Amino acid sequence: MDAKTLSVRHVPIRADSDIVLARQEGRALAAEVGLANSDLTLVATAISEIARNIVDYANAGDIEVRSVKQDGRYGLVVVARDEGPGIADVALAMQDGYSTGNSLGLGLPGARRLMDEFEIESNVGRGTTVRMTKWSS
Amino acid sequence: MPVPILKQGDVLIASVQDALTDSDLRELQNNLVDRVGRFRSRGVVIDVTVLDVMDSFAVRTLRAIAHMTRLRGAETVVAGIQPDVAFSMVRLGLTLDDVATVLDLDEGLALLRSRRDGRPGRGR
Repeated sequence: MDAKTLSVRHVPIRADSDIVLARQEGRALAAEVGLANSDLTLVATAISEIARNIVDYANAGDIEVRSVKQDGRYGLVVVARDEGPGIADVALAMQDGYSTGNSLGLGLPGARRLMDEFEIESNVGRGTTVRMTKWSS
Repeated sequence: MPVPILKQGDVLIASVQDALTDSDLRELQNNLVDRVGRFRSRGVVIDVTVLDVMDSFAVRTLRAIAHMTRLRGAETVVAGIQPDVAFSMVRLGLTLDDVATVLDLDEGLALLRSRRDGRPGRGR
């Protein structure tokens, strides 16, 4: 059965203050569908990492947070899109400690560990989309 | 929102009041490194009790603050990391390395006092 969307919010990401906004929207929506408190923190942290990637590497993009219901359980879907330079080697970028910028290199692999589902699609010169989900337990 | 920094004797207390943007964190770093010199402080407590997220940038900045202030002669203690935040940091793979951490502001001040007086205190 496909996931039924309950509510959607969009946060444009242009400056570092938008990172805070995006994680607050994600946390609020995840709380609405009853995710546990510890999961809210994981979701907010994952959104923070992904949003920072947009600010650092693509300058601008968009984060969509969506509450969903599927097979009797609730979840939060986060879709982060940018039209930045893209990632040439996604497998490399998913490794801990790898960074082309001045960071700890934990953003993408870290976000994957914090969420239940994680997909990334990137095309050089066209941009990157990250889609990740946390389900209520 | 900028983080207020209070001076109490030879200790600076940075008490985070709200979610921090990257700019707020950078400003906190600059202000602390500057004031440690200006006030000849021997210790810094950064109280992060209200933070519901500590992502890689926040952790990296706290580590940088601790290392920089140490080079300027002051020890930094991070106080009040919440249980859910600690859980998330471990999942993400973030560590504060050799930065001292304590449960709350009081313990932070006690730790700095005991270090100054050469007595063993709680924390590391």
